Amino acid sequence: MRRALLPAAALVALAACQGPQSALDPAGPQALHLFNLGAFLWITASVVFVLVMAALALALTHARRRAAPDVSEAGEGRARRIVTGAVGVTLAILLVFLVVSYLTGRAYAVTPEGGRPLQVSVVGHQWWWEVVYSDSVQSRSLSTANEIHVPVGRTVILKMTSHDVIHSFWVPNLAGKKDLIPGYSTTTWFRADHPGVYRGVCAEFCGYQHALMGLLVIAEPPAQFARWYDAQLADAMPPTDTVASTGKNVFMGAHGCVLCHTVRGTDAGGRVGPDLTHLASRHTLAAATIPNTRGWLGGWVMDPQGIKPGAHMPPNDMRPDELQALLTYLQSLR
Amino acid sequence: MRTWVPRGARLAAGVMMVALAVSACEREQRRFRETPPSATPGGEVETSGGFVPGPPLPDVKAVTPYLDNAYAVSEGKSLYLQMNCVGCHFHGGGGIGPPLMDDRWIYGSQPENIYQSIEEGRPNGMPAWGSRLSSDQMWKLTAYVMSMSGQVKKDVAPGRDDHMQGKKQEQSTEVRPPRNYGGQPPSTVFP
Repeated sequence: MRRALLPAAALVALAACQGPQSALDPAGPQALHLFNLGAFLWITASVVFVLVMAALALALTHARRRAAPDVSEAGEGRARRIVTGAVGVTLAILLVFLVVSYLTGRAYAVTPEGGRPLQVSVVGHQWWWEVVYSDSVQSRSLSTANEIHVPVGRTVILKMTSHDVIHSFWVPNLAGKKDLIPGYSTTTWFRADHPGVYRGVCAEFCGYQHALMGLLVIAEPPAQFARWYDAQLADAMPPTDTVASTGKNVFMGAHGCVLCHTVRGTDAGGRVGPDLTHLASRHTLAAATIPNTRGWLGGWVMDPQGIKPGAHMPPNDMRPDELQALLTYLQSLR
Repeated sequence: MRTWVPRGARLAAGVMMVALAVSACEREQRRFRETPPSATPGGEVETSGGFVPGPPLPDVKAVTPYLDNAYAVSEGKSLYLQMNCVGCHFHGGGGIGPPLMDDRWIYGSQPENIYQSIEEGRPNGMPAWGSRLSSDQMWKLTAYVMSMSGQVKKDVAPGRDDHMQGKKQEQSTEVRPPRNYGGQPPSTVFP
């Protein structure tokens, strides 16, 4: 019984390595470089650990069997040779580690030439991610938040900066960390080789809600990505029914939503908070903190400080009918 | 020669020093869901309700926790940029709008006066923010505007930043008491 438990536990532990936010489940070349280096270091260290423990056990049992310690000239010489040999092997292993991690760093730093890389700018804010797809044709550029859609198999070059403090972009399944620094531009790249949803986090302490500053990278087949891109380029759909149009008036009105948020195709042009033009098409709200459902959206609009204390969205004191109309309008922004 | 101190006293002194050091960790409390002053009964800010400045408001400190709260002041500073106050007042030096970092106040230097200027707007271009910002946000802005002229405590005022600012908090050598502009400014005299 107990013997069966061990492999079962190992399987459970290995299953935990899979997932949308795991450096042990690489989905692209950058993450694979890091995974290979990590695996090499881990396996080598494990082998060394097992050998050292075996040698220790051997020495202990060997010493117990002998009546008196061996202090002869020959015994001293043997001990000296063993210690020298072990130090030599240790140095050799460390040297191999050095060379392997250097080669990994070299390979990691090379941005692939050619092809048609997708250029995406990421701006860090306390506590959300602004994502801008820039195109040489200005009308083909678009802005969204907390969600990066990418086509599978195409290199994505991220140009990143920060609006306030230092943040760090980390999607473990795709690449290593890269800092976002105010007043300075950093560049990194990744490529997703398998379609999927990969979760990322801020990896540099950036204030009160650092822990709730997540994002999603959604890798999809190129055709699907192109459809998503075209849909995002469109202006917001005007409300079709009276409830939604009441909601639009609430949004444009006295609660001041428009001071911070943009809805393209309307008068709302605030640049402080995330662009809401296609809010309903996103998977999450508040930087991958809560699911994008009507209930959560209502809670977030009324009392963001209850969900994410310290976030820069103020609480809104709305009448129930105003709130319901607003939610209908926001959910119509597909 | 060393004075003998009983062991108990030394222990007590040590414990007290650690307690003092630990108490320094919490500088202030960040209250994210503050009930804004104007929402509390009795703390209502009186506003003149017209375009004309009207008589000066009574010299009472508004019941505001924001003036003593560094977090609130720095939030006000973010709002000052985000709401584009810099567009007219620049970083305190003024230009299109009057400067905010000197000791001359057209409509009064009290927090209530500043709050009122933000909420209701003023003639010649200052927009009214009352219908857009929450009173909580306007109090934070008020606190930051007051910090520009050195009217909040130094440990509360935000640190220096990269923008050009004539007199930075930590560099000011004297505190000049604010004085109200004598008489009515020309801009408010109607024909």
